Amino acid sequence: MLEISMNGRTVRCPAHRSLQDLLASQGLAGKRVAVECNGAIVPRSAYAETAIASGDRLEIVIAVGGG
Amino acid sequence: MAHTEQAVTPLVIAGRAYASRLLVGTGKYRDLEETRQAVAASGAEIVTVAVRRTNLGQDPAAPSLLDVLPPERYTYLPNSAGCYTAEDAVRTLRLARELLDGHALVKLEVLGDERTLYPNMPETLRAAEVLVRDGFQVMVYCADDPIQARRLQDIGCVAVMPLASLIGSGMGILNPWNVRLVIDAVSIPVLVDAGVGTASDAAIAMELGCDGVLMNTAIAQARDPVAMARAMRLAVASGRLAHEAGRMPMKHYAASPSSPGDGLIAVGRSR
Repeated sequence: MLEISMNGRTVRCPAHRSLQDLLASQGLAGKRVAVECNGAIVPRSAYAETAIASGDRLEIVIAVGGG
Repeated sequence: MAHTEQAVTPLVIAGRAYASRLLVGTGKYRDLEETRQAVAASGAEIVTVAVRRTNLGQDPAAPSLLDVLPPERYTYLPNSAGCYTAEDAVRTLRLARELLDGHALVKLEVLGDERTLYPNMPETLRAAEVLVRDGFQVMVYCADDPIQARRLQDIGCVAVMPLASLIGSGMGILNPWNVRLVIDAVSIPVLVDAGVGTASDAAIAMELGCDGVLMNTAIAQARDPVAMARAMRLAVASGRLAHEAGRMPMKHYAASPSSPGDGLIAVGRSR
């Protein structure tokens, strides 16, 4: 198991997982999100080939109502 | 009515023309359906949205803002609301650009404190420089200060958006003279962002010569948001039309009656 930080929360997930798998496990498959990994934006086209490593800090954001 | 609104010149931002001069926020509504109805009634083509962490493990079937306001129909204006440093604002808007597939038009907002939500101008200028260099088209929430507005224009922002009174206050156009100074100081569009409370405030902003008005709370917190959205659409269109028509000069004395002076039946009356 890997231990990562996702939106400020510590999450444990199985090793050898791509970012795409991780998003699917959170109910976010096919959803319009943007992802930052360790401070760098991950393009949507790279989700499948982006490997998740222990200690990674992920931010997953969406558009919400605001002014 | 469509005829009347077509008679008004379009709003041009970053080379793109918009028929509506009313821009609306999407926060503080009861639910997404009310958001959809109010935005539709406002006639707005540009809608501003915030960028926030998603709820993890959410219901994949739950509707999102993008479902009720399709990006093919509306121009999204992601904002950096809630950011207090240039770094946070830039980071937020870069995420927004990725979220919206390379979309460059953004609303920069760097706040000074939580009590007033007044813009922090030094941080705003710093963020604007970074974003413009990075290819963003920056519309910027700013103080009603003509010197700062001109600096933002010099940096390359595509519109300046001074507050008319504090965000969410509904206090109206508190310093119309400063708004005028900003309009005179820059050649890029000037939009009042923040402070509008009711339809007459929006009309006053437009009559002053603003290119547009951005509002959220005035619509969302009205008793009937959909009706208020329509009122704001009419007020912004009316105010613009009045501005383009050119108001009569104000005269404190030398009143001139609208009816003819000749042909009065009581010609012999004493004056």
